[in-house]
Amino acid sequence: MCGIAALQLRNPSLHPRMGSLLSSMLCQIVDRGPDSAGLAVYNTPGLVSPGTSTLSLLGRDQGITTAALTAGVAALLPSDAEAAVKVVGDTTLVSAAVGTDLLAKAVTETVPGSTIIGRGEHVAVMKSVGHPMEIAAEHGLEAMAGSQGLSHTRMATESAVTAGGSHPFSVADDLCLVHNGSFSNHATVRRELKRQGVVFDSENDTEVGARYVASRLQQGDTLEEALINLGKVLDGFYTLVVTTSDSMAVVRDPIACKPAIIAETDDYVAMASEYRALAALPGIENARIFEPEPGKVYTWSL
Amino acid sequence: MVTLTAPESLETAATAEAPTKVDLADAPVRGLNQDLHHAVDGQSWTVANPGGKHSLAVGITADVTVTIDGHAGYYAAGMHQKGTVTVDGNAGVGLAENIMSGTVHVKGDASQSAAATGHGGLVVIDGNAGARCGISMKGVDIVVGGNIGHMSAFMAQAGRLVVCGDAGDALGDSIYEARIYVKGTVASLGADCIEKPLREEHLAELAELLEAAGRTDNPADFRRYGSARNLYHFHVDNSTAY
Repeated sequence: MCGIAALQLRNPSLHPRMGSLLSSMLCQIVDRGPDSAGLAVYNTPGLVSPGTSTLSLLGRDQGITTAALTAGVAALLPSDAEAAVKVVGDTTLVSAAVGTDLLAKAVTETVPGSTIIGRGEHVAVMKSVGHPMEIAAEHGLEAMAGSQGLSHTRMATESAVTAGGSHPFSVADDLCLVHNGSFSNHATVRRELKRQGVVFDSENDTEVGARYVASRLQQGDTLEEALINLGKVLDGFYTLVVTTSDSMAVVRDPIACKPAIIAETDDYVAMASEYRALAALPGIENARIFEPEPGKVYTWSL
Repeated sequence: MVTLTAPESLETAATAEAPTKVDLADAPVRGLNQDLHHAVDGQSWTVANPGGKHSLAVGITADVTVTIDGHAGYYAAGMHQKGTVTVDGNAGVGLAENIMSGTVHVKGDASQSAAATGHGGLVVIDGNAGARCGISMKGVDIVVGGNIGHMSAFMAQAGRLVVCGDAGDALGDSIYEARIYVKGTVASLGADCIEKPLREEHLAELAELLEAAGRTDNPADFRRYGSARNLYHFHVDNSTAY
């Protein structure tokens, strides 16, 4: 069992409340996955900024000082890249005005042991082991503004309880994926993707799903097409939420063992494992509330 | 197999006492359920701010009336034995699971596995029900105003399932003796479930069930489905049907 809570804010006047709304949702899904958790927040001032790439690195301690990390990365980038490092909770954010690939290369050369858990111009990804609300508090979720937020509480089944194994998995620019369920043929699909040159960070089944979606998107699929293709290739139980810089998608496997409920208003689209996570959202009494149909891909764009 | 429990009317007798009000915004679910377990016939409750909390109004054994004013979470009115529970909203997974008798009425939608393993009583869902509605039903009567999801009435053994909308895939898979009535379309029938003639006695029981659910649908608009009785006992010639 795992818990998912995701929020896309259509009304910009709600952006300042993104963190507090997501936090209230997350609080209700803790029971579903108390061993570890993760967050992805989009367009959050102070964490990301337009025209700048940001990498989210796992852990506050990268083995060198923040100053050394900043200097090391800056030395490998053009002089006007303005490399900056910020530690938020148990996450280190490295940003610079260069492409994510170049920034990732600089980070990997400076701290070869680092794990990149998020990348892009718009997203910051934070994850850790422990009580989900403590993880959220440690990262200051409550005060964060933003356009979209995604959270996951994990009860591990397919791989170890580690920060790297928590969701979301963010393996391409501004792309995040969370999963409630388990993929049964992930080893087969991982081998196929590895043959195509895809590099993996973990033994986690969900990472295979995320890498598969990223690979389909790279080949020109729309988000909807990528998730339809995922349904043909990956076997198992799943409710997935996938976010990009400006869109959110939800899909359940055709058997639909894993729960999902959606609330939609003019102001937001919210998805959660259970209704109780939606109960405190503003205007919920007038929201259109429905459970996504099995096997059907739902997408919403900002 | 004869269904032993007659459906009760949704119209409940006026209760002598004013309803006890419970606000779950600041009272625990455990307290509500404990009070309900010590209730006597004729008492009534209204529950405010259910907020999708789990296990609301479970295990009721007295003839009480409970109205939940909002959306209920998982396992609402589970193991229901007497009285009427009304959810003025949606219900989560496992509504009225293992209901023995009495009535449970959801005015919105119900999630998957509604009335699973129910032995008797009446479950009315005005909206849609998710997958596996009436799975392993053993005597309960279920009336759904909207559609039902896939694998509904899987291994149904007794009772009646009435669907005023459409049914999803694999309806009545491995069904025993329950009777299924569907007004709309059936995406597909499960193994050993077939359409059967709608005779006078079926029209009569369907009229009774629709009335008990407070509905005005015409029984003649429904089709009946039930067991072909080919899978009761394992026979090697049927192995491909499993």
